[in-house]
Amino acid sequence: MKKLIILLIVSISFSQVQAQVEHGNVLIKNGTVITITKGTFENTDVLVKDGKVSQIAKNIATPAGYKVIDATNKFVMPGIIDAHSHIALTGINEYSNAITPEVWTGDELNPFDISIYRALAGGVTVSHALHGSANSIGGESETIKHRYGTLDMNVLRMENAPRTIKFALGENPTGHGRRDGLQPQTRMGVEFVIREAFSEAKQYMEAWDKYNKEKLIKGFRGAPPTYSLRLETLADILKGNIIVHCHSYRADEINMLLKICKDFGVKRLVFQHVNEGFKVAPELAAAGAMASVFSDWWAYKLEVYYSTAYNAAILVRNGVVTSINSDSGELIRHLYHEAAKTQKYGGLSDDEALSLITINPAKQLGIDNRVGSLEVGKDADIAIFQNHPLSIYTIPMMTLVDGVVRFDREKDADDMRIYVDPKEVVDIPTLHAQDRSHDNCLRDAEKLTVKMFGIN
Amino acid sequence: MKKKIQFLVSAFVLIAFVAQAQNPKAKSGTFALTHANIETVTKGVITDGTIIIQKGKITAVGTTVTVPSDATVIDCKGKWIYPGMIDGGTRLGLLEIGQIPQASDEDESGQVVPQMKALSAINPNSALIPVTRISGVTTVITAPGGGMFPGTAALINLHGYVPDQMFAGFEGVVMNFPNQARRGFYDRRTDEDIKKDVEKATKQMNDVWDKAIQYYKLDSATKGKGLIYYPEMTAFLPVIRGEQALMIEVNAANDIKAALKWVADKKIKKVIFTGVAEGWRFADEIAKAKIPVLVGPTLEEPARDYDRYDKPYANAGLLKKAGVKVALRTSQAENVRNLPYYAGFAATYGLGREEAMKAVTIVPAEIFGVADKFGSIEVGKVANVFVCDGDPFETKTNILHVFIDGWQMPMVSRQTLLYEEFLKRDPGLNKN
Repeated sequence: MKKLIILLIVSISFSQVQAQVEHGNVLIKNGTVITITKGTFENTDVLVKDGKVSQIAKNIATPAGYKVIDATNKFVMPGIIDAHSHIALTGINEYSNAITPEVWTGDELNPFDISIYRALAGGVTVSHALHGSANSIGGESETIKHRYGTLDMNVLRMENAPRTIKFALGENPTGHGRRDGLQPQTRMGVEFVIREAFSEAKQYMEAWDKYNKEKLIKGFRGAPPTYSLRLETLADILKGNIIVHCHSYRADEINMLLKICKDFGVKRLVFQHVNEGFKVAPELAAAGAMASVFSDWWAYKLEVYYSTAYNAAILVRNGVVTSINSDSGELIRHLYHEAAKTQKYGGLSDDEALSLITINPAKQLGIDNRVGSLEVGKDADIAIFQNHPLSIYTIPMMTLVDGVVRFDREKDADDMRIYVDPKEVVDIPTLHAQDRSHDNCLRDAEKLTVKMFGIN
Repeated sequence: MKKKIQFLVSAFVLIAFVAQAQNPKAKSGTFALTHANIETVTKGVITDGTIIIQKGKITAVGTTVTVPSDATVIDCKGKWIYPGMIDGGTRLGLLEIGQIPQASDEDESGQVVPQMKALSAINPNSALIPVTRISGVTTVITAPGGGMFPGTAALINLHGYVPDQMFAGFEGVVMNFPNQARRGFYDRRTDEDIKKDVEKATKQMNDVWDKAIQYYKLDSATKGKGLIYYPEMTAFLPVIRGEQALMIEVNAANDIKAALKWVADKKIKKVIFTGVAEGWRFADEIAKAKIPVLVGPTLEEPARDYDRYDKPYANAGLLKKAGVKVALRTSQAENVRNLPYYAGFAATYGLGREEAMKAVTIVPAEIFGVADKFGSIEVGKVANVFVCDGDPFETKTNILHVFIDGWQMPMVSRQTLLYEEFLKRDPGLNKN
């Protein structure tokens, strides 16, 4: 028993230690280097030192002890970033209340999820592990790096990435309200519960400010205000410490949240899905709000029936910082193809289209100083493709995170699971294709989906 | 004077509005598509060639074609022409908005309802149809789903005002083979529960089929006279007689094995397998049974965590390599427009471009027994063709003209109209 307790203490103290992240030293030779921000260069090398890009030039000599990757006739681009994903999470919807900012998807990270590897096999190195959309204000979310192979959930976390939180408007939160006979059941109600939450947070913040000031005065004898993680988190949104990522579809509700944020001084705002963003593109641009969209998903529910695949192009042309996301363990594997659709639907240039899955999502997650383009000093998150990444005939060949090869099409085994239960008999496959009528954001709330929509 | 101008302006605006509010119509007539690169699919590529379309048919193809005097000439210099693509499995016209029961007509109650006909419930005015056809997909299977025998699927062309004008000459009875797989993340049955469900469904399947055979024997003996009204069994008759195909949805490896055995045991004459997600595990057996497959969706996650990440991309190629007759399907409603990309992925991961092109044109036409009308550019075939500015599998390629049954389609959909309206919105940020 004593041993067990010691073991427990040791393991707890171990988990407190800063996660050990592996960094690589690599020279990627002779590729077509697509930097995204600084142009595209043929027959060019990328030198990676300690997991960072240290030089981009022709004919770089191989430093001693460096791994060399021959990228002749291949395309080298920054790792793809997905601003909306739910992979690597064991749970995504805390839908017990309309307002749950006290929870955090970072508590649900699962480094064993094979979806991380499959995303790497599509060149994706960073994803935003978002809370679901069952409630108006959901939980804080986690930005992860796809360091597949680690057994430690902490290694997945992207160090020093800004805090983000999920909001949700429209059918999902109102459907939840209807099920439980609670607010919100309408888009009017959604506006109210968010305004109410912000108002309470403002009072809370002011009460603490007052207390913190007064307690310094000699002879002060008052008690501190009651601590609340819920209000603490909301107050951090008001202070600008957390980026809001809001699930939304219709133009009216997008406009509504823009007004709330203006009234409460919230400036860091990204709309997710935002299928009707194109209808309020001038308003989004004027507010400096950003948009993370599907390339072409529509008609799976009423609020996306009046959509257009030209959404991304219209937003870009109106000056909105736009990204293309997956919200799906399937789509995340070919975001490069999803980005290419903006060339058909709106005629975006190669750099514009590739920005939608690199530098733009990096801006939306507040990590564009670290990733999203190939520049000296940035993290060596790199994807190497055979054929141009926007061509249908492209094949992702190799993906590096912090200069460490995490996907290699030619060398990897078929079975890339990390955790294998030797007793497990896998006789029953899962057919994901039969599951497409769902909003992925409602995972864990499927009982609610069934009740709401009578499906399956 | 000012008032008069104002009146004129408002009248002008009104006319412009009315003109815009009208949906553009398709046009019929004689068309000459000239100076094009023509990928016939069955007879190679013709460069600087001409296609003549008259009375809904392709009446001439080649480099020495005379253009009729009444033809509308479309110069296709530097452009490419392909036969309209065929999607081997969709819900188009039955499913309008996924999560709204009132907008989905794909799933009738009951496990055994083969008499439910997709063709009756297809909405010719679905907003999804123009979105699809301007992508070059001209013809689709639209199929009911749900129970074990959920109904009868139909092949339709994506233009017409009543289903009869859309029907493209093939119907098949749909069957969902007892499914030993989970249906996605929400399916949290235990392995034992799934096995029990499969056992139960297998028994029901065999009972139903025995009954259908009995009904068929009675029908043959009485020459159809004196039999009681039994619409379910009547719907099986053409399948048992071998006049109509049984389209069996089967995906998991063990189910494919079981279905191969069942089809052989029951001596079913015309069989098509659909879905076939794990077909690559039994590709040789499917080839040996000479059962054609409608594979898809290509863009899918592997069904097992331990399978190689690209298996669904590669599935069609692996089946083809084993000698199976392979056509593709999207399994979609609203995004059937992505069929060329499903084909492109299959092409890239082993099927090859030429075979992938066949898998969305001539091969499905052959499987559905309509290759005399569809699936290639040949004289005498129905004029389902499209003109584009590059390889239609390439994502950035634009489709410029689409002809269905010889009718020139308006190249608009609700999605293109929204683009025109909102690219530069008026009023923008400020109304006045």
